[in-house]
Amino acid sequence: MSTGAEADVEADADLVHDELEGVIGDRALARDDHVNAPGFVVNPDDVQDVLVDLRDEAGYDHCSCVTAQQYDDRFETIYHLKKYADPTDEVSIVVPTSLSEPVSQSAEPVYRTADWHEREAYDLVGIEYEGHPDLRRILLPETWQGHPLSADYDQEKPQIVTLSEHANPLEPDHRDPESDTMFLNVGPHHPATHGVLHVKTVLDGETIADLEPDIGYLHRCEEQMCQQGTYRHQIMPYPDRWDYVSSGLLNEWAYARAIEDLADIEVPEYAQVIRTLGAELCRIASHMLALGTFALDVYGEFTATFMYTFRDREIVQDLLEDLTGQRMMFNYFRVGGVAWDLPEPREEFFEQARDFLDELPAKVAEYNDLITTNEIFQTRCIDTGVLEPDVAKDYGCTGPVARGSGVDYDLRRDDPYGYYESLEWDVVTRDGCDNYARVLCRMEEVEESAKIVEQCLDLLEDWPEDDREIQANVPRTLKPDADAETYRAVEAAKGELGIYIRSDGTDKPARFKIRSPCFSNLSALAEMSEGEYIPDLIASLGSLDIVLGEVDR
Amino acid sequence: MSSDDPRQTIRDSTAPSTDTRDARMGEGVDDRFNSKLREAFGTSPFILTKFDEFMNWVRGNSMFMLQFGIACCSIEMIHTYAIKHDVDRYGAGVPRASPRQADVMIVPGTIVSKFGPRMKRVYDQMPEPKFVVGMGSCTISGGPFQEGYNVVKGAEEIIPIDIHVPGCPPRPEALIYGILKLQERIKNGESSPVVVKPYELEEFGDLPEDELVQKLASEIDEDDLVMRYNWADSP
Repeated sequence: MSTGAEADVEADADLVHDELEGVIGDRALARDDHVNAPGFVVNPDDVQDVLVDLRDEAGYDHCSCVTAQQYDDRFETIYHLKKYADPTDEVSIVVPTSLSEPVSQSAEPVYRTADWHEREAYDLVGIEYEGHPDLRRILLPETWQGHPLSADYDQEKPQIVTLSEHANPLEPDHRDPESDTMFLNVGPHHPATHGVLHVKTVLDGETIADLEPDIGYLHRCEEQMCQQGTYRHQIMPYPDRWDYVSSGLLNEWAYARAIEDLADIEVPEYAQVIRTLGAELCRIASHMLALGTFALDVYGEFTATFMYTFRDREIVQDLLEDLTGQRMMFNYFRVGGVAWDLPEPREEFFEQARDFLDELPAKVAEYNDLITTNEIFQTRCIDTGVLEPDVAKDYGCTGPVARGSGVDYDLRRDDPYGYYESLEWDVVTRDGCDNYARVLCRMEEVEESAKIVEQCLDLLEDWPEDDREIQANVPRTLKPDADAETYRAVEAAKGELGIYIRSDGTDKPARFKIRSPCFSNLSALAEMSEGEYIPDLIASLGSLDIVLGEVDR
Repeated sequence: MSSDDPRQTIRDSTAPSTDTRDARMGEGVDDRFNSKLREAFGTSPFILTKFDEFMNWVRGNSMFMLQFGIACCSIEMIHTYAIKHDVDRYGAGVPRASPRQADVMIVPGTIVSKFGPRMKRVYDQMPEPKFVVGMGSCTISGGPFQEGYNVVKGAEEIIPIDIHVPGCPPRPEALIYGILKLQERIKNGESSPVVVKPYELEEFGDLPEDELVQKLASEIDEDDLVMRYNWADSP
């Protein structure tokens, strides 16, 4: 960054800070600035007040993430707020609570998305939220003892897990004697839930009267794993396994961006182009799977559409395998660059990639013939699973789910990283707000990604041979400054994938929090499906394109 | 006709019926019996084998897989079913959505405490004889997540597994190899011995009374099925 621009940014930042101080006033007990945003410490009793003012007066309409953590002397909840119109305009609200009585006001009445986030904070860290409508465990079984990310948790203690709700799903007592409704479990082993999601539904005839997604069947402690690994090498393999639908590089980028921001590492331009190339290939593969499985969900297409999308995924996976050496779990990014240069002979790689791009338009046309012009498909998708833009924002939806509802929000453009700024491409938005819009949005994004890949290939082909620097000079042991905190997000296949890292001066993070797009997107499912038929629930679930590895982490 | 009077086919020559059959079959060798079965069992159109062996052979060549997606490996499992790898070539390509119609279960991913009892229930619902392929490192040892407070260290803690396919995730080729190995084992009539696993579903009332059970007594009914999860005690 040049010094002039830096001065401008600082002046802007000061202006913003003054404005924020004006809004929060003397409710701010202290400042606790993070690397990415100004931070204000507020009293646990003022949370709702402050957040309402920030939302209504200052325009922070996106509660991106809620991080909970334990220090030696206190618990802390951090609300990471952003604006949908400008995600670079961020603020963190830090709410400390005492160790003996960790009770803090709930933010749920202000941002609906805080509902699930606070339940997770309660589950894993043990902070209680006053005024929360439904403070239960969300990821771990109800009968779990202790809060695993709190300091005094003992992993060695035995636990008991129940199976009660599955005792006999056909038992007549699932029919409510007081009314005509019937209780129905969907999942956790069900072909349409895209993994191990459990949806508890209450049906009135065939209409959904009430719905509650029950998650945590794939909660494999990703945050704990990352907190036990060293920054330099041991964390990078895990992001591949969050969103495992071949979007590995997009996830790795989330971690890479956060740590590079925290440790102040400048990535060489050549490496950024390779990263952009790989990431967009991943996005294509991921959207192809979303399309294929969605066709499977809505009209049981195990033959044409599904097979065609997998044919195309195989090609992309072959390209990615040439680039990274693995089909799915790439582990290709390094802090400060990528692991190795393009495969030799480079011409062959370029040729294969270009072949794929040349054939893609015809394939997309074929998909449109098969799917979007299909009457059954349209009947199933148009005007089902409606998600209004305001509701989408309230639930913190991002990615194709938000863009299908007309929310023009894409971090690649709004909070640029990598090489996206210098490339020609468009953000796809659709105003339909229904399942159809979300699917179309993904299909068009595939075309946009192809544009980006093509430009990256052009750039890489012409890149001077003596300037191919793939990694910055990064110390063998990374130790960011003690108490440095940052929250950084990238646009993954499913939406905003954010990482919060707090350093304690050692080579391992003191707190590593993952803000997963699927988690927030899925929380809007009830809003989308209530009052609709149960087959529309399956369609909505498919069009949300969730990956349980990322929902549960 | 009394029983001391031999039937005509025994008393008389069988030539007329043989001639009739030959006339119907026409010249040359009849290829009606040249089926896959005949190739497998030799030149005679009749199979002389033990019934068990025949059943094992049939079972191995017509495996109905359970459509069971858990984690990352399930994506590679889908690729194995789909175009290019096409596991249907080996007679194992029709995933069944219901465990009651399936006889092979591929466990594709990490088992966590909350999912353990559900997986056990799904396995119990499959009809005998049933076989299990453990796919990926997580089903062997917990894989990269072994240290996690919530992770079961290997699916074999809960259900018996016939074939382990290592990898994170294994490539589709590796899974196909595992499936072929399983076919071979089934054809030979082998299967993993069913032993009592450390993780069992049992009624809450049957658990030995310890501190934890007493604490949870108000929350869980006596006859609710529960599974004990013990991270430290599993190897």
